[in-house]
Amino acid sequence: MKPETATASTPAKVHFHEPQIEMAHGAGGIASRRLIEGLFAPLLLGSANEPLGDSAALEVAGVRVAITTDCFVVKPLCFPGGSIGELAINGTVNDLAVSGARPEAIVATFVLEAGLPTEVLEAEVRAMGQAARQAGVTIAGGDTKVVEHGKADRMYITTTGVGSFLSGVHIRPRSIRPGDKVILSGPIGDHGITILLARGELDLEANLSSDTRSVFPLVEAMTHAAGAGIRWMRDPTRGGVATALNELARDCGRGVHLNEDKIPVRDSVRGACELLGLDPLHIANEGQFLAVVSPEYSDMALNALCQSDGGEDAVIIGEVHEQPAGSVLITTGYGGSRIIDMLVGDPLPRIC
Amino acid sequence: MCLAIPGKIVELFPGVPHLASVEVAGVRRKVDLGLLQDDPPTSGDWVLIHVGFAMSKISEQDALEQMQTLMILGENEQAMQEVRGYGLDDADDHNVS
Amino acid sequence: MRFVDEFRDPGVITRTADEIRRLVDPNRHYRLMEVCGGHTHAIYRFGLKDILPPNIELIHGPGCPVCVLPMGRIDDGLSLAHHPDVIFTAFGDMMRVPGTQGSPLEHKARGMDVRIVYSPSDALKLAKTNPDKHVMFFAIGFETTAPSSALTLMRAKAEGIRNFSLFCNHVTIIPAIRAILDSPDMRLDAFIGPGHVSTVIGCRPYEWIVKDERKPIVISGFEPLDMLQSIVMLLRQLKSGKAKVENQYRRVVPWEGNRAALRAMAEVFQLRPYFEWRGLGFISQSALRIRDTYAEWDSEQRFNVPGVRVTDPKAAQCGEVLKGVLKPAQCKLFGRECIPEHPVGALMVSSEGSCAAYYNYEHRKAITTSLAWPA
Repeated sequence: MKPETATASTPAKVHFHEPQIEMAHGAGGIASRRLIEGLFAPLLLGSANEPLGDSAALEVAGVRVAITTDCFVVKPLCFPGGSIGELAINGTVNDLAVSGARPEAIVATFVLEAGLPTEVLEAEVRAMGQAARQAGVTIAGGDTKVVEHGKADRMYITTTGVGSFLSGVHIRPRSIRPGDKVILSGPIGDHGITILLARGELDLEANLSSDTRSVFPLVEAMTHAAGAGIRWMRDPTRGGVATALNELARDCGRGVHLNEDKIPVRDSVRGACELLGLDPLHIANEGQFLAVVSPEYSDMALNALCQSDGGEDAVIIGEVHEQPAGSVLITTGYGGSRIIDMLVGDPLPRIC
Repeated sequence: MCLAIPGKIVELFPGVPHLASVEVAGVRRKVDLGLLQDDPPTSGDWVLIHVGFAMSKISEQDALEQMQTLMILGENEQAMQEVRGYGLDDADDHNVS
Repeated sequence: MRFVDEFRDPGVITRTADEIRRLVDPNRHYRLMEVCGGHTHAIYRFGLKDILPPNIELIHGPGCPVCVLPMGRIDDGLSLAHHPDVIFTAFGDMMRVPGTQGSPLEHKARGMDVRIVYSPSDALKLAKTNPDKHVMFFAIGFETTAPSSALTLMRAKAEGIRNFSLFCNHVTIIPAIRAILDSPDMRLDAFIGPGHVSTVIGCRPYEWIVKDERKPIVISGFEPLDMLQSIVMLLRQLKSGKAKVENQYRRVVPWEGNRAALRAMAEVFQLRPYFEWRGLGFISQSALRIRDTYAEWDSEQRFNVPGVRVTDPKAAQCGEVLKGVLKPAQCKLFGRECIPEHPVGALMVSSEGSCAAYYNYEHRKAITTSLAWPA
């Protein structure tokens, strides 16, 4: 998370008072947000009141560039549909894309655990190269450190990306109005459920793969057709669609209403979620994005996506309302509704 | 105590009679059939799964009957309103769906 | 999904809700208790309150096995995780429940070997693949889950797997319902009965409710149409002044229950003379312990368990909420000291606890919505 306009600032007061860091602080939900807003933001970003976005805008010698960074920790390293290398490229590419920027270049750092077989590292680096070529980004450099056995889960990768802003796109959460439409690019839950199953602890099998991919071509097509109407975009990674839209609702002070019947979920994702008592809205995605588009442009935006390769399943899943301010409400086809919140930590399977 | 899901038995294991592979919307898991040993299910049967154990066989007949009962709920009332419409009530009080 | 989607059909749901509206007496206030936490969860997940008439009040009962577990029992189970060679396993539902020294997940963060399992048979498999460790399974649940625990221990014994034990916190549903009906502050008209518990115990164990207490009970499934149909059946009974045990969930629940499951439970478990239920106090003959014939697989007999009683903070009103006497929002700690992130009581941490359900799904809804049923 970065402020939308980065400037040097004086530190503000820390308001994160928990004695130790827990797993929940990295899960992308409520606890993560508390850590970022309570400790990182005040000390590093000062008292800037700007909403935090996926990338920051920098001005370097008069030119506006987007910059973003992300670290990738995944177990297992390889899973159906991809591996940590692809995630590391596509994740950063997507953060730039949903900020309205064309991904241009990436630098990568590796923390490697001593004892990691070289062939594993080589496979990941090949995967990164392939993903970068597919996404049209240059890998401009990187760094490597090796730590003792047991001090890293085989490999951690951090990628930092820069991009050039697309013209005609002005992403501003504060410009969101009641009546704006919420668009989702495709089915949700594929990545998170694939990872959960790949860990092997639950003994479930399914014909599922991660949806990791660059969403930039879809974003580009959408902004080309309807750029003037795009108010906000985000890629719903850890914490899922629920977290992304809750952040939106809080940042813009409005309510987000979703239509449950419209939300695309593959059968096996649904099956796994029903079996384990999980909600697809809380599950991570690595190849989808959300957009809030003004009603005048939403049909054009949707058409542009549906006509693009990989965007055929794009759909309008809801719209912005005044109330309930700061929350997300989801309604069924028969009129039953409930609030969808961010989770505290990672979604856990349940039996009750 | 309550999360239990209907699944279809797709594979039995000849060497291990108490285990079966059960499928829920394309997701497969080995399920223990030990609690149904008095009337063991076969491939193609639907069972209710809870914590990796089959709790009960699902009766397709009962499920169908339940839906039929629910479907005629509204119809009975529609029929009643039609009948009322024929009677001594106001001329305006005709069938309302 | 077969046997799921049909029972979520929006058109049929709307018609069934219409029928409920036709059946209610507008001058009467109906108090229906759903006993089972899974039904509480379903009510919120499917937004059923939005389509029921306002004079039907759904009261949440104590059928949440996580919610009724005293904090001391969680401490007892976690004390076993401190042993260096023990792998502590439990369902995901238990992982965030706080003991006095933190929850299982917090213990994991401090380096203890704590793992989530989907099934007790997965815990047994862990024992087989980790012969130099002891795998302990923290068992919770009503009669729905107890047979699976029982069968797992029977398999452990038959296969001679000695590095496995179960910490048994299984409880039984009938004493919980009795405690509700014995409570002087309770005014209830009827019960929505626990569908999955009944696949094991059948429908006979509820007959005293209709005979002695003259209150109807309908054993219900968990899909929206199941619960709505059960409400239709209850309203018809109340209208006619009858009180019967009815089985709405016929596609799954056999009237006589599951004999093989009951046999497995009888083989492995016996009733404890009494057991402490969080919020309800000590109830006799309400919980299971492992028989001496399976002592080797009983964590409480293999290990020294502290057995310290931990009382809830005085301000927490878990007991009254559990009994349905108070609504979650009426507890003084609700939404302030007690929220899902830092729960004081288990009703806020369990996914089917009424406080968590209300907090997560409902209390920020406070809007006039056009979804509400016209009066």
